[in-house]
Amino acid sequence: MAAIIETKELTHLYSAGTPFEHTALHAVDFSADPGEYVAVIGRTGSGKSTLIQHLNGLLKPTSGQVLFDGTDIWESKERTRQVRCQVGLVFQYPEYQLFEETVYQDIAFGPKNMGLDSDEVDRRVKQSARFVGLEPGVLEKSPFDLSGGQKRRVAIAGVIAMEPQVLVLDEPTAGLDPAGSARILDNIRTYHQEKNACIILVSHSMEEVAREAERLVVIHKGTIPFSGPPAQVFAHGDELEAMGLGVPAMTRVFARLRAMGVELPASVYTIPQAREAILAALHRREER
Amino acid sequence: MSQSIIQTEKLIFRYSAEEGAAPTVLDGVSLSIHPGQFVAVLGHNGSGKSTLAKHFNAILLPSGGKVYVDGIDTCDEDRLLDIRRQVGMVFQNPDNQIVASVVEEDVAFGPENLGVPSQEIRERVDAALAAVGMTEYARHAPHLLSGGQKQRVAIAGVLAMRPRCIVLDEPTAMLDPVGRKEVLDTVKRLNREQGITVVLITHHMDEAAQADRLVVMHDGHIVADDKPALVFQNVDGLRTLGLEVPEPVALLYELRQNGVDVPLTALTVDECAGVLKKLLRGVISQEQI
Repeated sequence: MAAIIETKELTHLYSAGTPFEHTALHAVDFSADPGEYVAVIGRTGSGKSTLIQHLNGLLKPTSGQVLFDGTDIWESKERTRQVRCQVGLVFQYPEYQLFEETVYQDIAFGPKNMGLDSDEVDRRVKQSARFVGLEPGVLEKSPFDLSGGQKRRVAIAGVIAMEPQVLVLDEPTAGLDPAGSARILDNIRTYHQEKNACIILVSHSMEEVAREAERLVVIHKGTIPFSGPPAQVFAHGDELEAMGLGVPAMTRVFARLRAMGVELPASVYTIPQAREAILAALHRREER
Repeated sequence: MSQSIIQTEKLIFRYSAEEGAAPTVLDGVSLSIHPGQFVAVLGHNGSGKSTLAKHFNAILLPSGGKVYVDGIDTCDEDRLLDIRRQVGMVFQNPDNQIVASVVEEDVAFGPENLGVPSQEIRERVDAALAAVGMTEYARHAPHLLSGGQKQRVAIAGVLAMRPRCIVLDEPTAMLDPVGRKEVLDTVKRLNREQGITVVLITHHMDEAAQADRLVVMHDGHIVADDKPALVFQNVDGLRTLGLEVPEPVALLYELRQNGVDVPLTALTVDECAGVLKKLLRGVISQEQI
């Protein structure tokens, strides 16, 4: 399958030519397919925010290319503009970026800027509100009267309303309680499934990425040392720990058990997998 | 009462209403925290846990009921400095708490304001930076530090005021796993080695599991208050409140749902592995399967 979004040898230098010059990305080849759910993990300062800001042209590569649907996003001004609507970026703590008088107007801001007519804007606002589980009554409220979790869902709806083919979210669950986090992740999954959109989720929670993503991309010191399905990436437990990342709690429980000589599979990283593996092991012992 | 470092009696709090009825954020909270305890407070967004924490050093004052810090009524305006000296606060966003352009000057800010003599400020700053493991960064610019380092500087700033109690309101929410561990380890060490009372407001179940005592807030009430291992056994109850349990407990719970007789008290990865090892070696008797 051809990648929907791709970087080729992407290098980015901050403060180039000054004593503070710092290479944030070194010749990074990153790609995601249409409809794929990818999680990007890395420490603070690893370069992951720099990478995602290239995906919709907020940052310009120092060298290398960013391709959307096979063509360079910097090919022309018009192309860059198009890509900004096709690659939606939800920043960290996006609720601080709400500014309109009503929730409706805030969600409508993106589609209006795309030059859509008011019927289409209306359809998109209502559909995005539904995707993130906002009651119709909330649309006429001021965004500042909502709870933290609701505000964040409004901010995500504002990006979804542009109906991007690629939705990039930078730590969308940071600071939320477990129920609030679960709702946001559900909303993202719904958008992913109904629109067959490509999701790129940046997260610090290994448990979260283990549950949600089909593929993990690890960023460390401006490079991608590992990329693959969760089981494959989490098999590098020691290296991940050395990078300050670690593995999900379940993977650690199973690694301890295997170190104690208990025969168990190595590819466990979620609770349902752990439950099935333990039940299967008990069953085997019964049969002996 | 003299035993408690922080005590609330039937604490009620409402934000002043500009129009209509003010919602009651805290509705009769009675809690007493003893010197040297490490207390975690859990609750969903809007449960009242941050509002409660802000009463612990008189940032907010009760609408009803009383709050005492080391026996001092927080409504006693003349004693405000005494209260703030006893209880220091650390907030979620490290960037909002750092005021100076050099780490050691930032840490000195609190004691300077208390009018501490300069020689003693030097001693306090050095001791505070050593306590959080940031001595080598004393002359660095705070904005170039990592999130975990910034939070440790913020904690050092509070320590330099020599408080008996530190209240931390979601101090790790914006940090990566390494930053989170740095902050938690620092807090636990201060509690263990210096006997400082710690109140940790958090959304992370694995952090709450490390405390001596866990208070769960819901709709302005305390709904649970016990050792973490006991509170986390009520898996269904916590989930009804929009909370979770640490992953090891969640796994053991799933196994119990499938008829496997395992205790729910293993909060950590090591404890959980220990329980499962016994189970798989047949030490724990099996009811079914």
